[in-house]
Amino acid sequence: MAGAPAIVDANRALQDRARAREDAAVRRPIVRFRGVKKAFGAMTVLEGIDLDLYPGEKVVVIGPSGSGKTTLARMLMTLETPSGGEIEVDGEPLFTMVRRGRRVPADERHLARVRGKIGMVFQHFNLFPHMTVLRNVTEALIHVRRIPPEEARRRTMAMLERVGMAEHADKYPAQLSGGQKQRVAIARALVMEPKVMLFDEPTSALDPELVGEVLAVIKEIAAKGDMAMLLITHEMQFAREIADRIVFIDGGKIVEQGPPEEVLLRPKSERLKAFLARFRNGMGLR
Amino acid sequence: MGDEWRWDVAWAAARKIAAVVPVTIAATVLGFVVAAAAGLAWTIARRSRSALVRGAVEAAMEFVRRTPLLVQLLFLYVAFPRLSVFAIGVIGLGLHYGAYLSEVYRAGIEAVDRGQWEAARALNFSRQKTWTRIILPQAIPPIVPMMGNYLIVLFKETPLLFAINVTEMMAVAKQFGSETFRYLEAFTVVGVFFFLMSYPASLVVRWLEARFGRAG
Ligand SMILES: Nc1ncnc2c1ncn2[C@@H]1O[C@H](COP(=O)(O)OP(=O)(O)OP(=O)(O)O)[C@@H](O)[C@H]1O
Ligand SMILES: [Mg+2]
Repeated sequence: MAGAPAIVDANRALQDRARAREDAAVRRPIVRFRGVKKAFGAMTVLEGIDLDLYPGEKVVVIGPSGSGKTTLARMLMTLETPSGGEIEVDGEPLFTMVRRGRRVPADERHLARVRGKIGMVFQHFNLFPHMTVLRNVTEALIHVRRIPPEEARRRTMAMLERVGMAEHADKYPAQLSGGQKQRVAIARALVMEPKVMLFDEPTSALDPELVGEVLAVIKEIAAKGDMAMLLITHEMQFAREIADRIVFIDGGKIVEQGPPEEVLLRPKSERLKAFLARFRNGMGLR
Repeated sequence: MGDEWRWDVAWAAARKIAAVVPVTIAATVLGFVVAAAAGLAWTIARRSRSALVRGAVEAAMEFVRRTPLLVQLLFLYVAFPRLSVFAIGVIGLGLHYGAYLSEVYRAGIEAVDRGQWEAARALNFSRQKTWTRIILPQAIPPIVPMMGNYLIVLFKETPLLFAINVTEMMAVAKQFGSETFRYLEAFTVVGVFFFLMSYPASLVVRWLEARFGRAG
């Protein structure tokens, strides 16, 4: 019989192709930085960043002060506009769009639509001081996502529970410690269900004894979510525990990247070695 | 006609002038509402992304602040003969003080931390909602005392409406004087009325300052 194996083969080929498509879909980056440049006036801060972030991936960005880590995150959040290159989110350019067959700078509607997939936690929390904890979190759900108030409240309380802030729902930010504020800020970003979360030094404005509670919350989120995370931090031990990949930026470029053990324990470049040397003491890095 | 103070005349003047106190108060309140709205609109327009809009608003405000209110009132009076004189008075006061209030709003808005704008953007608030729900609720409370001060200043400028034939306190006093030849009592009464209203208002402003603190 010559026909049957042929059909089986054809079937297998079809299945293989379907699986490959699925894999490709899974493996498609949620964020791609492609040759992204940024200059402030005459000062070039980033000179060509290529970086892919995959769904669910946790990438930690490290680098010396002034190397452009914050700028990188702020561009993805559309708080800054790149001077060159392009950022793609979910397969779609962020800062340009097609209008009448031509690629033009993105308008506010396009930015808003793509931006909805990104959330950000700031170094200085940036909570809304005139709103209670509860309203800080419900506000965008109700007025941006247009979720009915009752449902928004329910989701908010669940999220506050998760970050351990439910019993403080009726307080104002001024009544909270730094660590508590940052946990509320995390809940506020998370409740919007972004596909990518940005954390820009979420613990560096905190008193040392409050760092742990915030890092614990971030770890818990990282463990459960299929959300991609881009974290900027100087907490090397934390970076090592949470990261799938660590990216070292210096002089406006990605100098080295790879799995945490590789980057932190077997740095190749002199610049990364010098950078890590400053953290070696007391950081638990062998 | 004499120079001696006469209480009976003063009482008669007071009764006549009191009848138009509501006109003065209405002009003040409505003028201030227009000023508060125009000032806010200008302040927001001054932050427009279009350089043309920014330049035009800046120029208009500069013009309004560099020319006398009296001249502006007379100009509007002549330019818009179909409007009632009261409406012209309200609009004139409103635009003039709007230009000043715009500076006050600006101070309040600039005092709001930049991180608030960034958080609003990160959470994808529209431009309008960013203003109404995030920025203005923080920018306005600290400037309430300053706005109160301008309300009192505007109130004290309402006698200028007399120049465009609005029947307010000054106009009635002048008429009373020309009929009775007793200007002293009439004008004194106007002064006393202004004081009786603006002094308590200034106490309220002082209380607001203690409550909200100062800004600008
Ligand atoms: N809005 C701006 N205007 C001008 N220069 C800027 C602006 N924002 C950042 N810079 C400059 O760009 C450079 C990179 O800044 P960035 O904040 O991205 O560094 P960073 O890696 O986050 O540093 P740190 O570890 O200190 O937070 C710095 O030299 C900074 O002064
Ligand atoms: Mg930074």
